[in-house]
Amino acid sequence: MQALYAQLLVGLINGSFYALLSLGLAVIFGMLNIINFAHGALYMMGAFVAYFLLNLGGINYWWALLIAPVIVGIFGMILERTMLQWLAGLDHLYGLLLTFGIALIVQGVFQNYFGSSGLPYSIPDQLKGGVNLGFMFLPIYRGWVVIFSLVVCLATWFLIEKTQLGAYLRAATENPTLVRAFGINVPRMITLTYGLGVGLAALAGVLSAPINQVRPLMGADLIIVVFAVVVIGGMGSIMGSIITGFALGVIEGLTKYFYPEASNTVVFVLMVVVLLVKPTGLTGRAA
Amino acid sequence: MAEAKLAERPVAAAGAEVLTVGDLQAWYGESHILHGINFNVRAGEVVTLLGRNGAGKTTTLKSIMGVIGKRSGSIRFDNKEIIRATSDKIARLGIAFCPEERGIFSSLDVRENLMLPPVVRPGGLPLDQIFTLFPNLKERLTSQGTKLSGGEQQMLAIARILRTGARFLMLDEPTEGLAPVIIQQIGHTIARLKSQGFTILLVEQNFRFASTVADRYYIVEHGKVIDGFANSELSANMDKLHTYLGV
Repeated sequence: MQALYAQLLVGLINGSFYALLSLGLAVIFGMLNIINFAHGALYMMGAFVAYFLLNLGGINYWWALLIAPVIVGIFGMILERTMLQWLAGLDHLYGLLLTFGIALIVQGVFQNYFGSSGLPYSIPDQLKGGVNLGFMFLPIYRGWVVIFSLVVCLATWFLIEKTQLGAYLRAATENPTLVRAFGINVPRMITLTYGLGVGLAALAGVLSAPINQVRPLMGADLIIVVFAVVVIGGMGSIMGSIITGFALGVIEGLTKYFYPEASNTVVFVLMVVVLLVKPTGLTGRAA
Repeated sequence: MAEAKLAERPVAAAGAEVLTVGDLQAWYGESHILHGINFNVRAGEVVTLLGRNGAGKTTTLKSIMGVIGKRSGSIRFDNKEIIRATSDKIARLGIAFCPEERGIFSSLDVRENLMLPPVVRPGGLPLDQIFTLFPNLKERLTSQGTKLSGGEQQMLAIARILRTGARFLMLDEPTEGLAPVIIQQIGHTIARLKSQGFTILLVEQNFRFASTVADRYYIVEHGKVIDGFANSELSANMDKLHTYLGV
């Protein structure tokens, strides 16, 4: 039983990253109509910024949680202003290829300087150790990642579904021309939305640094699974991408316990099934 | 030029000119839609653009709003040239647009739809006055925007731009596809807005409806304004009008 709970926890942790990343992808896709293949590279940059902050500036994990998403978010907004904005109105394929190219360049640069092995990033003192829950041993840092990710996901959901700013965003996703004709600077909103989605990826990167180490290819490995998660959940829905992210993490964890041989493929098998049965995804609207 | 003279015709209401459109040309991609539109609107007037389908009435409104990519000529609003302004800037000057397709957002509920357009200047209608004009909306605030009936959606589309403080409203075929009783309600609303000092530029196919609210008319054909007259000259122009509109 201990092993089952341990795998469930690993599943929840992975699910946290899936949820944060697919949430950002969903927000970006809704507003920019771009399938952001650079998402994994930006996630990796989040972890690296945390690493630099600690090792070059002595700035600790807690500040990194705040600063890294802002720095990477600004980097993302520069990408949007200088490149992505020119793809508005074109087929999805252009955005996908451009962001894929950006991902390869960013990862290539980091690999050139840091190789492929991981750099250590230690767990902050306040979150070291663990607690015995009776039925299992819970490392505090891992519990923190799950709970914090869940809070961030729900806060993002609240921002988009329940606030005036979110209403602008949802309306501009539907009809940007009309929203702009009401007096809202839609191009600026698009830039900020990209920054928000990218910031969520960077935040996931910081959270993952103490668990998975800091590696130039950490995002490339993860993003393929995240895209499968997005396909399964459907691109259109915020809550859908959160729930699907966590659920698929757990399903993966359970598979590791019951049939480990399939644990790396179960998500993709589900993706194929969903594509065959409901191509818009479980919660998605028709594009 | 004949069109230039039209703009100088005597008018029913004697307010200052708020909108002056001169030699407006507009393109959708490669197709040249407007070939030199000239007309003006004075403060407090209801001016109606009449014309057949595809004459360029909607394109004229969209050009004023700045949502047509390629346009040339001159559009002066409140003595400012806005031909090159982006639509968000134009909205901030106090022009509000109610599009033909109504543009109710399906991912927003009625309240969110109503509160969506930002207030661009003080003096917008407070919510209680909006609910007096459109009592149906108050009952449906938590419904999804597009779950409303066609008439209610039209009311919502008008109601949300009254909040913003814009005093210049452009309504594109507000009566299209609606039941007579609702058309009447929209007519009352326009009359009431006019009495409160709003200036309204209306595009209508429904000439009978337009004649109940308009001060002046312009006839648009093939992307040009080819005639214009005041409501008081309506009966004298009836024959011409039938020819223009083919009714």
